[in-house]
Amino acid sequence: MKNLDELRKLRKKAQKNIKLRSQDAKIKIVVGMGTSGIAAGAREVLNAFVNEINDKNLDDVLVTQTGEKGMSSQEPIVEIHEEGKPKVIYGEMDPEKVKKVVEQHIQNNKVVEEFVVAVEE
Amino acid sequence: MAQRLNVLVCSGASCLSSGSIDVKDALIEEIENNGLEEEIKIIETGCMGPCELGPVILVYPDEILYKKVKKEDVKDIVEQHFLKGRPVERLLYKSTETEKLIKKHEEIDYFKKQKKIVLRNCGMIDPESIEEYIALDGYEALGKALTEMNKEKVLKEIETSGLRGRGGAGFPTHLKWKFTKDADGDKKYVVCNADEGDPGAFMDRSVIEGDPHTVIEGMAIAAYVIGADMGYIYVRAEYPLAIERLRKAIKDAKEYGFLGENIFESGFNFDLEVRIGAGAFVCGEETALIHSIEGKRGTPRPRPPYPSVEGLWGKPTNLNNVETYANVRHIILKGGNWFSKIGTESSKGTKVFALSGDITNTGLAEVPMGTTIKELIYDIGGGAPEGKTIKAVQLGGPSGGCITHEYFDTPIDYESLTELGAMMGSGGVIAMSEDTCMVNTAKFFLDFNTFESCGKCTPCRVGLKQMYVILDRITKGEGETGDIDRLVELGENIKKTALCGLGQTAPNPVLSTIRYFRNEYRQHIEEKKCQAMVCTDLLTYYIEPDKCKACTLCAQNCPVDVIEGERGVVHEIQQEGCIKCGNCYDVCPFDAVVKTTGEF
Repeated sequence: MKNLDELRKLRKKAQKNIKLRSQDAKIKIVVGMGTSGIAAGAREVLNAFVNEINDKNLDDVLVTQTGEKGMSSQEPIVEIHEEGKPKVIYGEMDPEKVKKVVEQHIQNNKVVEEFVVAVEE
Repeated sequence: MAQRLNVLVCSGASCLSSGSIDVKDALIEEIENNGLEEEIKIIETGCMGPCELGPVILVYPDEILYKKVKKEDVKDIVEQHFLKGRPVERLLYKSTETEKLIKKHEEIDYFKKQKKIVLRNCGMIDPESIEEYIALDGYEALGKALTEMNKEKVLKEIETSGLRGRGGAGFPTHLKWKFTKDADGDKKYVVCNADEGDPGAFMDRSVIEGDPHTVIEGMAIAAYVIGADMGYIYVRAEYPLAIERLRKAIKDAKEYGFLGENIFESGFNFDLEVRIGAGAFVCGEETALIHSIEGKRGTPRPRPPYPSVEGLWGKPTNLNNVETYANVRHIILKGGNWFSKIGTESSKGTKVFALSGDITNTGLAEVPMGTTIKELIYDIGGGAPEGKTIKAVQLGGPSGGCITHEYFDTPIDYESLTELGAMMGSGGVIAMSEDTCMVNTAKFFLDFNTFESCGKCTPCRVGLKQMYVILDRITKGEGETGDIDRLVELGENIKKTALCGLGQTAPNPVLSTIRYFRNEYRQHIEEKKCQAMVCTDLLTYYIEPDKCKACTLCAQNCPVDVIEGERGVVHEIQQEGCIKCGNCYDVCPFDAVVKTTGEF
């Protein structure tokens, strides 16, 4: 260890591995993982989000899961929670759509209207 | 592929003994069965604190805490929660106040009033991963001290913080450092006292098991200030897991260059080794500890000279407790000012306590100084189980004293506890309900101290033994008038004349129970009565003739055959020869056997 800069670089790298345990996420992505959701491909969607967020180094975004959402016909369902903003619910998601949501909604703050099933205040 | 869940399995000694390894193995298996191994990471951590709930696992990012997990529960956890996102309700914690299920671990009563500085990483990171420690600002304080601060500046921060020794005596840390720094010597040492030996204390073990690097970093900073290039951590052999994790941590720190030569290219060299003690209580005393590291017999010597002037191999040595060192990096990172705002006027920061005895939530808790005893044992500890009341707590283990419920509103700091005849000690808190006999408790601690006395000085070796003889006869119903005064006189003399801290504090449990529970002593001596029904020699068992159905069960179970009677004939216990084992009392289906105390 030569200096603080080297330590800080190392830390940045190490933080990725414990990111799930830090509590400062601004945006929360919640994937509905009920039986019907899983059957419709929710796990692939969940993992696609996790990987996209990780690859793009989006530190303040948290991906998590929940049970059945009660909109079985439009599974996989994904909710985007952000403080001070209405909750956006996307339906019939797949890994390709995930990429678009991350790029447009998460990174550029533009809701991807074509996938939206509901917006809740 | 990136992970979406971190599953933290508590691998503190308590959870390990309640089966957390089986749970971890079952988790690995079940996760593989469901093809989730790339999505979920399992991390073994140090003690999370709520030992009563063990084995505990904590699932991130949602912070869901599962309690008392058995390997049979793992299938549900993986299938219901990890796969389908539905936490398994039957394994969640239920609030004792509202009866509501609580998912988030921070909302659990046990954690609410705590403030974690020393334990910040414990139960949060993998203690065997230096990378995880680094991710949470690990070794930043050492780097900052070495490259951006001179020794005086570091010392000043410690002084501003008001940090005092967490081993029990509460000596200002900056003074100890300054004395060692200013002492003349071509070679100096830093030593960490991890010889935690009091019954009911497991704070230091938990810190080392859960976050070993925090101790190493604190020691390295101390070494820089005082000018030492070698350090030793003295751990008792009864802590094998702590030793293993420390050794791994030291090895990793060397590989990364946080220990060794020219650390952070500052010219500072520091090496660290673990020394294992054989478990003698007296080796927690600093001069005895130093002798033990030197390979000599672990006995104390008179002070002065203090170790800061003449310590290990005659060289100036700074000796602090585990928890003291664990605070250092936080003070350097956030500043002495920040630290000094936590706590009371005279006692700054937090203190880690190990809760045990008659208390619902046994475990580890860190609270700001100034928290009342009541908050600690009721709000965090959950009070006594089964609706009993806590009549006193023993603070400071066998060197400390008891505090009765009238004083539970006392804020915890060094001075107020000493005033009450107890002491901060290293942080063991043993709760005692109305079922506890204070005379017997005092005898237990005195027995411990008498056994652990090294025998070097007469007051401790002979005096404690004599106190024990008196206490022993009191609990056997052979107490004599004047025994209480004899105990007080002896105790006061031992305190004044014993050579080291062990002898000087050993009479405390007796003196403080006499101070607050003199009446219990009197009852034992004058009425041959033990209210708590603990001292067996003061108990009497007899059979109520009206209730006896002459079933012969008691007679069959009497190991000394002193119960007379046969089928159809009411039974009677012959008092002479009765060993008061209580078998008859336990087996009688009609509650005809009565247990009583006092003269029969």
